[in-house]
Amino acid sequence: MDLAETEEEREFRAGLRAWLAKTLPELPPRPSPDDWPGRRAYDLGWQRRLYDAGYAGLHWPVDAGGRGAGPTRHLAFLEETERAGAPYVGANFVGLLHAGPTIAAEGTPAQRARWLPPVLRGEEVWCQGFSEPGAGSDLASLRTRAVRDGDAYTVTGSKVWTSHAEIADWCELLVRTDPDAPRHRGLTWLAMPMDAPGVTVRPLRTLAGSAEFAEVFLDGVRVPVAYRVGAENDGWRVTMTTLSFERGTAFVGEVVACRRTLGALARAARANGRWDDPVLRRRLGRLAAEFAALWRLTQWNVSAAERTGGVPGAGGSVFKLAYSQARQELYDAAAEVLGAEALALEEEWVRERLSSLSYTIAAGTSQIQHTIVAERILGLPKGR
Amino acid sequence: MDFQPTQEQDDLRAGVRALLARRFGREALRAAVDRAEAEGGAAGRGAGCGDACRGGPAAGGPGAVDRGLWRELGAAGFFALRLPEADGGVGLGLAEAVLVFEEAGRALLPGPLVATHLAAGCVGGAADGTAVVTAFDLGDRPGGDGGAGAGAGAAPGVLVTHLAEADAVLGTGAAPPAALLSAALPVPSADPLTPLHRVPPPDPGPGPHARLRDEGALLTAALQLGSALRTVELAVRYAGEREQFGRPIGAFQAVQHLCSGMLVRAEVARTAVYAAAVGADAADRAGGAGAAGFGSAAAEIAGAKLLADRAAAANARDCLQVYGGMGFTWEADVHLHLKRAWVRAEQWRTAAAAEEVLAAELLAGARQPGREGASYARGGGL
Repeated sequence: MDLAETEEEREFRAGLRAWLAKTLPELPPRPSPDDWPGRRAYDLGWQRRLYDAGYAGLHWPVDAGGRGAGPTRHLAFLEETERAGAPYVGANFVGLLHAGPTIAAEGTPAQRARWLPPVLRGEEVWCQGFSEPGAGSDLASLRTRAVRDGDAYTVTGSKVWTSHAEIADWCELLVRTDPDAPRHRGLTWLAMPMDAPGVTVRPLRTLAGSAEFAEVFLDGVRVPVAYRVGAENDGWRVTMTTLSFERGTAFVGEVVACRRTLGALARAARANGRWDDPVLRRRLGRLAAEFAALWRLTQWNVSAAERTGGVPGAGGSVFKLAYSQARQELYDAAAEVLGAEALALEEEWVRERLSSLSYTIAAGTSQIQHTIVAERILGLPKGR
Repeated sequence: MDFQPTQEQDDLRAGVRALLARRFGREALRAAVDRAEAEGGAAGRGAGCGDACRGGPAAGGPGAVDRGLWRELGAAGFFALRLPEADGGVGLGLAEAVLVFEEAGRALLPGPLVATHLAAGCVGGAADGTAVVTAFDLGDRPGGDGGAGAGAGAAPGVLVTHLAEADAVLGTGAAPPAALLSAALPVPSADPLTPLHRVPPPDPGPGPHARLRDEGALLTAALQLGSALRTVELAVRYAGEREQFGRPIGAFQAVQHLCSGMLVRAEVARTAVYAAAVGADAADRAGGAGAAGFGSAAAEIAGAKLLADRAAAANARDCLQVYGGMGFTWEADVHLHLKRAWVRAEQWRTAAAAEEVLAAELLAGARQPGREGASYARGGGL
């Protein structure tokens, strides 16, 4: 067991840190959350800078245009960028972390050549069309239909919780191609151009007041067969490749950010006198232990993945369960520090508190994660 | 960075697990409990005669410690693990020690394992397991809580574990156990295998060195971790076997999610304990600087103790719940895990003290914004 860095890791961090110190002050001001074109330009601009500096697609395979870095290197990248206050992956999230890795793993040479470089260079935005109004946790029950018609599929249905749909060029779309097959076997993965006729995007307002994601209605949208990744009716397996990436290192930056928030909370509590309350003080101390341990848990999972050379496994579910709960507790503690001020939306922690309510739901609810842990890790009998 | 155990570390752990399976399996555990019961609540009757009759010269004093096993552990390097090889030790670090202690926690091995291990370099016989060494490790203040924790009407004094069977008390060279014992009152113990005595508050003195207290907290956390992982196994096995409504209760999500929550607690505690051990070893090598995590080695150890205490106690309770009525019986082992977890939660560093250590460090770090960056730059992480 070793947590020390190798000489290469130290050099990598030093180089990245120097680049961040030089680059971050040159960034334009962040656009307002409602300014979608501005957000697209900002996020793609950041990705382009990463690309020019050689940091794009660090964890992608070399033959997909990435740097072939192992999980440890990717972890270091995420830690350093978060620590320096660099922009979040934002609109590049699906392209870099879902669709891109899926295409890299399952796509043809032509598909890789078409779709991967624009993601790395910060030229195209992807969104995800998996969930449907009737298919949430039970994703395999999805009903959006794709009917083969010559060299294209005609797609009809609706998708929901689609982040960045307003500004996406492509959608990684999961559709049903064989309604008579067992439900996991009749699905297909398609790359759908968002400007195709028949695509309608309607923003969804969250309880935090913002429009972070959208509903996407598909009415006879034609998607060329050439845009299918993997075989027809093999979409479930292709999709599972993608989902396993979602639970790997995806949250480490947020853990680092939580630790920073916790420090700021301690400062604020000290300033307003609540630090003298041992109950609150101890609560913050306990949260400090939680986030330190969660950061270590990421390192543990990453080094396990590094050993096996594989994709992060079900250990990610353990992490997500603990993390989503700790993060919600963090903002509840923030509310205790703020007192009545926690009712004023001008305070960033208050807005974050509202956003954090999604953490036990998004990317697999805590209940689904518990079932995954119980059945796949602990080997308990399958429930129903 | 490779946080996973090395082959040597896996082998070390496997060796200890095999030794304990052979020498302290479930039957031995239950026999020890029965013996302690027969002696009247394990607290013992002081250095009475009951002990001398039991087990011949190989057996030691009354209570929970099996002297033969203690020496066998000593011969296997359990206590001398971190002594330099030049001093007859094994020359390993805390990273190895926590793996070994985790196994002892799984097996519910009784006795002052941590105090004896810490005494290996300073109390004769501790290193090879010929001596049993206890410590004033209950409560937070050096020398114990000074009776502050005693209930209304209770005799003043502090509680100490395994006093009657101890050959020495760590950090109290001036007061050999016999002298302490003469002024001590046996107290019925919640944990059948952790006999307790109440003794007059010791001379406050300097108390255990801060470093010793940190190491004691970390090794105790490792014991808790082993227990927490073991109760997950017990619960999962029981849930897979016990049938109600025509199927194993483990097929019901209400039970599945209890078990899953147990694993989450144990895995969070595991990484906290291992990381604190690796960090403390690195700090040793670097003369105190070390590969810090979010905070200092001391804060990381406090966090490990806090999370491992929670994992052990909460997992034992959830395991008890999965066992249902069986969990409430003396016959099931679940209560032994829970009771020991309660004992260990009071040893070396309590939750309250750990949280204060973490809070103080949090505030100190927040006041010096450069600080996180500095420890980040030292390598090993943030």
